[in-house]
Amino acid sequence: MSGRHPSRPWGWPRRLVHLGLILAALVFLMLFLVLPLATVFVEAFRQGVSPYVASIQQPEALSAIRLTLLVAVIAVPLNVVFGVAAAWAMARFDFPGKALLGAFIDLPFSVSPVISGLVYVLLFGAQGWFGPWLDAHGVKIIFAVPGLVLATIFITLPFVARELIPLMQSQGSEEEEAARVLGASGWQMFFRVTLPNIRWGLLYGVLLCNARAMGEFGAVSVVSGHIRGLTTTMPLEVEMRYNEYDYVGAFAVASLLALLALLTLGIKTLLEWRYGDELAHAPGGH
Amino acid sequence: MTLELSHLDRRFAGFRALDDVSLSIAPGEFLALLGPSGSGKTTLLRILAGLDYPDGGGVRMGGEDFLATPARERRIGMVFQHYALFRHLTVTENVAFGLRVRPWRSRPSRAEIRERVERLLRRVQLEGLGGRYPTQLSGGQRQRVALARALAVEPDLLLLDEPFGALDAQVRVTLRRWLRELHEELELTTVFVTHDQEEALELADRIAVMNNGRIEQVGTPEVIYQQPATPFVCEFIGKVNRFRVRRHGAGFGVGGWMPEDDPWQRDVTEAVAYVRPEQLWLAVPPSQPAWEARLRHIYLAGSVAHLELHVASLDQPLEADVASEDLSRLGLQPGMALRVAPRSAVLFPLDGNSVPRSEERWLWHAPSPVPARV
Repeated sequence: MSGRHPSRPWGWPRRLVHLGLILAALVFLMLFLVLPLATVFVEAFRQGVSPYVASIQQPEALSAIRLTLLVAVIAVPLNVVFGVAAAWAMARFDFPGKALLGAFIDLPFSVSPVISGLVYVLLFGAQGWFGPWLDAHGVKIIFAVPGLVLATIFITLPFVARELIPLMQSQGSEEEEAARVLGASGWQMFFRVTLPNIRWGLLYGVLLCNARAMGEFGAVSVVSGHIRGLTTTMPLEVEMRYNEYDYVGAFAVASLLALLALLTLGIKTLLEWRYGDELAHAPGGH
Repeated sequence: MTLELSHLDRRFAGFRALDDVSLSIAPGEFLALLGPSGSGKTTLLRILAGLDYPDGGGVRMGGEDFLATPARERRIGMVFQHYALFRHLTVTENVAFGLRVRPWRSRPSRAEIRERVERLLRRVQLEGLGGRYPTQLSGGQRQRVALARALAVEPDLLLLDEPFGALDAQVRVTLRRWLRELHEELELTTVFVTHDQEEALELADRIAVMNNGRIEQVGTPEVIYQQPATPFVCEFIGKVNRFRVRRHGAGFGVGGWMPEDDPWQRDVTEAVAYVRPEQLWLAVPPSQPAWEARLRHIYLAGSVAHLELHVASLDQPLEADVASEDLSRLGLQPGMALRVAPRSAVLFPLDGNSVPRSEERWLWHAPSPVPARV
């Protein structure tokens, strides 16, 4: 309490209200966030370490991990390219249909993931629009890896763009114009001015995009076909094991997903700290 | 080489930013584009910089099409309104940017770049601050970094967009003088945009006054101030008293004041007159026609005093400026009666719809025995 002005009222009732509010928030956090997360790990290790390790080393589990990483490795970079391009277009240019593009970028957020998956089945499935043609040419999309990748790209499409649009709008294009007048080519301008200015926002968007790409269930579930060892990603593997009453196995895979999420959260917090600092020092007036 | 701008047009969604603008910029001159916001001055600057293109008209330099030259080959240095320093680069890296992005054939060596940047930082009085980031600098320092960065590419043409707009008054005046000296030393052609008439009058060799996308008048500060070509220039540059005059028999006049020998003969029945506050003569002898005025207020502003007069026969207030020292010499007191008449005026005839006709401007001066001061 040192440094507080002596005339500021600071009685017991006031302090009680503060304590009460803090306690309420803590209890809520424990009940709805920490407890479920802890349960995942408790259940995973309920029968000890070796059953946990064994269930993770099963071929299906390993293949699910590989597939999840593969899908993320394809979907995230593609959405980075799309996100940067879309954000650039939205922030720097006025064109007819700009509002429409903005709405389309948000579409995956507003549509239920199951519907998104279903759309791909209707397009590329055996009875879908392009199904027979694809089948005739021996291309398999639905119930195969390409379908999983497509659904994931669709679901994670808004993350990078939505992160960058407000950032680029607030930064304005003056620095880019300065680079042009100083003789920079388009690429030099992008890599030396644009990219460094949006790097933290971009990384933040990539992390969110990646977290969703690895954790997506609904859309992926529809297009996967649940072929064990071939088209099951980690979230699908968790569900299948749980339905087969293999609780340790389900929670073991779930714990890996939770770890990935915690890792992402950790990096995100680190970046926010760093990024928030940069934003606070950014010059105003743009 | 002279830069010839001819008949430039630029439209933005139904708004004419530039409307048939023609202007020639001589090598080595310091030209101000002066006008209120939305008058098209920044658009004109951006076209010269290659950041925007006109919808019609052209720009030629030494017979070559300047607009067809890509921005990076125009040999231009530009200082942006908010400086647009690269926030993720240090001062040194900012200044070196224009040299580092050159294709390797024309890029100076690392040592040469370092040497040149140091020389520039010395020139803009920022030596020792090369390692700082833009956010760690004051407004005036940022402005000088922006200038050093623009000069690093050794431009032929320096473009400045409201270069002093974001600075406080004292820094502004210092930097203004310093920029003028720099311009003379480097023998650059400089074009700067401003809405501050005082800045333009003090700095520029020539001023182009812009309004609604058109150039109203181009001329030296003296001509712009003393012989304004249009009512807009009269009102935008400096302070001015404005009133109507009407034909009375043989001559023009209002409330007892009659400028003699109007050039319009009998065609014009009404005109609008502009008189600068310092062109009001406050102690007219009774032998000469004048307005009977009452001194309402005296606002002392340092070396100058602004007087608020009320002239009953005009039914409007007038503002007069005198040197502060003249207040006591003339024994001026609020409430006293004065005989007041213009020493000079700019008049524009009004057509049937009360629209002034700029092309028939009349620069009137009181015939001598009127003393030059007071």
